[in-house]
Parts: sequence; C-alpha cells; structure tokens
Amino acid sequence: MELGPRDKLSQAFVKEQQKGNTIKSPFGDVVQLDIRHLGEKKINRKLPFVRELALNYAGIEPVHEPIPVRPVVHYMMGGIHTDLNAATPLAGLYAAGECACVTINGANRLGSNSLTELLVFGARAGKAAAQLAREDHTDLPHQVLQAQANDEQKRIADTYLLKEGGSERLSSIRAQLYEAMESGAGIYRDEASLLKACETIAELRERSGHIQLDDRSNCFNTELTAALDLEYLLDVAQALAHSALARTESRGSHQRTDYPERNDEQFLKHSMASFRKDGAPRIEYLDVVITRWPPAERVYGTTPAEAVAEKQE
Amino acid sequence: MEVFRYHPEDDGETVFQGYDVPYQEHWVVLDALNWIKDTVDGTLSYRWSCRMGVCGSCGMMVNGEPKLTCAAFLREYYPNPIRVEPLSYFPVERDLMINIDGFLDKLQSIKPWLIRDEEQSLEDGEYLQTPGELAKYKQYTMCINCMLCYSACPVVGVEEDFIGPAVIALAQRYNLDSRDQGAAQRHQVLGADEGAWGCTFVGECTEVCPKNVDPAGAIQQAKITNMKEWYKKLLLPWGQR
Repeated sequence: MELGPRDKLSQAFVKEQQKGNTIKSPFGDVVQLDIRHLGEKKINRKLPFVRELALNYAGIEPVHEPIPVRPVVHYMMGGIHTDLNAATPLAGLYAAGECACVTINGANRLGSNSLTELLVFGARAGKAAAQLAREDHTDLPHQVLQAQANDEQKRIADTYLLKEGGSERLSSIRAQLYEAMESGAGIYRDEASLLKACETIAELRERSGHIQLDDRSNCFNTELTAALDLEYLLDVAQALAHSALARTESRGSHQRTDYPERNDEQFLKHSMASFRKDGAPRIEYLDVVITRWPPAERVYGTTPAEAVAEKQE
Repeated sequence: MEVFRYHPEDDGETVFQGYDVPYQEHWVVLDALNWIKDTVDGTLSYRWSCRMGVCGSCGMMVNGEPKLTCAAFLREYYPNPIRVEPLSYFPVERDLMINIDGFLDKLQSIKPWLIRDEEQSLEDGEYLQTPGELAKYKQYTMCINCMLCYSACPVVGVEEDFIGPAVIALAQRYNLDSRDQGAAQRHQVLGADEGAWGCTFVGECTEVCPKNVDPAGAIQQAKITNMKEWYKKLLLPWGQR
C-alpha cells in the first residue's frame, strides 16, 4: 500500500480511521509511516528532504522513529477549461499547469505528470500567446474594456477599501470555508455532505460581502489581495461542490459512498461549471476524448483482461 | 512580539509595534505573524508562501539574525520577546517587505542558464552526465534565493554593487556544470571588484544559509578559478580559454 496511488492511500486511511486504527494527534488522526528499515545511508541518499522535514518540524528522527502522517489536499485535477494550445474560452486568456484542465489528468493524476504537464503546456501557452499578440488588434473595443476595468476597480474600492460598518472578519470566513470543504467534499462524500457544503458556500459568499478590512491603503495591501483571493476560493469551491453533487458515481478521486461504482454510460464526461451571478453554477457535460486507450476497469496486480476473466469465474 | 512597521503613505515614519501572541509549542514566527494578521491587525504586510523552507519568501530579521520565519521556532525564544524586522541592507517597501530589484539584476548579470557554444539538436538526444559530474555542482543548486546571506554579509552592508554570495554561488553552479560552456562569459562579472573579489571571507553567509549551500566556499573557489584565468591570459595572451 505504501507505494500505492495517493487516492487509494487516502481512502485506506479513512477506512482504518473508521475501524478505530488511527492515532490521535494535535493535528488530527494520524497513521505511522515507518522507513526505519531503509537505514540511515539510504534515507540520506534517497529521502534527505523527508528526513529534514521530520526532524525540523516534528522533532522526529525517521532513522529511529516512525513519522506521523495524514492525508491532505495535494493537487487539483479540475481547472480552467483549455484546448491543446492552452487557450481558454475567453479570447486572449491562456492557462497552463495545475490551474488548467486540458485535460491530461482526468479524475486522478498520475505521479510526476504535474511537472511535465506544466513544461509542455507552459511552452505551448507561451507560443500561442506570442502568436496572438503579433496579430492585429487595432479593432479591439478599447474604451469598453477600459470601462470594464474601471467598474471592477470601483467594485473593489466599494466592497473593501471604502466599506464602513462591515461585520465579518476575512480570516474566519476563510477558515469556515476550509471546514466546509474538508467535511463536505473530502476523500469520501455523499449527497448529504455535498448539499451541506453547497449551502455553506452560498452562505459564506453572502457573508463575504460584509467583510471589514483593517488595511485600507493602496500600497502592498496584502489584506486586500487575500480578500480577492477568498472570492476566487469561493468560486472554485462552489464549482467543485456542485459538480460533485451532480456526479452520482465514483471516479478516481471523487468517491461517493452513496454511488460507489463507476458509471461510464452516464458519466464518461467532463463536468463543466459556469458561473451564474445569482445562484448555483450551471453544470453541463463535455464528452471525454478517447484516442488510443479505451477506459478499462481499474485493477491492480492483474491485467484488465485477467480481471474480467476472474470475475466471470 | 515587537514588529517593525513602516508605511510609505505615512511620511516615512518607522515604529516597532508590540503584539501579545499566544504561545504554541510547535509554532514558528510565521505562524505568529499569520495569527496577528488574521486576528488582531490585518494591516501587517509580509511575504510568505510554502511555510516549509523551500520557497525562500519569508526571510526576515528575527532578534537581529536573518532567518526564514517558517523555520524559526517560537520555543527557541520563549518566554523572551521576539523582534521581527525586514531583511537588513535592502530598501523597505512596507512593513516587513523589502525591495529585491537590485538582487534580481545581480542574478541576471551572471547569466544563470546553461550556455552552449552549440546547442545539441533534439535528434542527438539528451545531455548525459555522470553522478560524479553532478556531485561537483549539486550543492549550489540548492539555493532558494531567500537572501538571508545578503543580510548576513558585512560587505553587502557597505558596498551596494557587490554582487553577493547567492549570485556567486549560482555562477559557480553553472560554471561547474559539465553541460555548461559559458564560464568565459561569466568571467568578467565574477572577476570584477564587485564580483568575487569584493568578498573578504567573513563566512557569515554560509552560517545563515538554511539550505547548506555554502556560498562562502563557492566564492573562494570562484576567486581561485578567476586568478588561474588571469594568469593564463597573462602568460598566453593569444591562447584560447
């Protein structure tokens, strides 16, 4: 299990937690990662950073003691919809890497593909953007665009810099969003937990309109950037929770306890969430592009053909 | 905690603002700063990112020593007060945020990329390197540009144009890389008074480096190489490098 894919490891952790096999720690339940058998030499050669982190941050010497670990969010498979040239549906906007969704990774990214994806699509994005920039854009409606920019600056000033009598603190809304996502859209989710998450996000979005900032200045105002960041966090959380609620199946890192099987007939598609100003995002579906490898059953230790044969026996 | 405050819109006034922060055994100075900003005073501005010692963003002076605030544990100072200031010898933008434009210019000046006389074509495959060749420069690749070494270096404090420890270590990283053929292009910058020769071998840079890069070692190496080159040019004025 130690070298298993991250989603399977996280799920195994939850299963052990439910059986009461995890250990309490000040940071939540943990299991022990034991690498003592590798010996000091091998650890220094192959896992020096792991050793350094364990020593400095947990006071643990992995050569002699097991390391307490628990699952955390590591990577976002979904993201901004792009084509093979990293172009988004918004003309002139390109996205590459973890923030983008070509998709290379589907519902579950393979290890090491994040860095390679960034290199490949970062290059493609740069080339495509440079190509576009070279074209003639004199007919762009500059005045309209400038007016849009001015409107947004006014909105930011009104909502944050000039706001009086706001009742909410930025950091507590952020903390509550974190709690809602962790419990509602975590490693295992179901209809009830996702509905709750969607409700909480809507509530937090409303409350975020009443944030009172301490910092009203115009120079390196990192409280303002954190507030804008929170707006985006709410957007992403909403897209995620509503898409997960609509996806009544399990696939990759999206595991529904109420729909534990994969349903290719209905859901071999990408969830596309579009922002709607008032209310929940619109969820639509885009067919998956299948070229060389047709989807098969996800089995370990046997080939798909063997697994099918085993099942039939 | 006593934290340095400065706002450019406030007539250049600088103050030390006191905050009472709850002590937690596993907290680092960055946790304390985040607690202050989240709970008590959202106007405190500072940089941070990874909070695990790999991004180099959170360097500040803690009780007069340059530290990564994500790696400076409260328990090492408790119960005494902790004084936090922006990194020394850099202009201050605001509160604990410094202006690093000068540093970035110096980094560029040593051409921190692989320089080839001729690029290998894709068909010829990748550049091969033995473990032994990698070992020669690997240590100097560990620099995270946190600039703690600049705040520790007394020469940086008096010579604005001294390119400094991290930059020279990075130049060595490329000069010693078997794939690189650009040492001659870095020679002039490294061999200038503001280059390696500005160093008086105090060694504090290596003392404060959180990634064990040993920039002091890199600088002395650079001096020796530079001197050899100078002699070669003197004795063989028409010879190639």
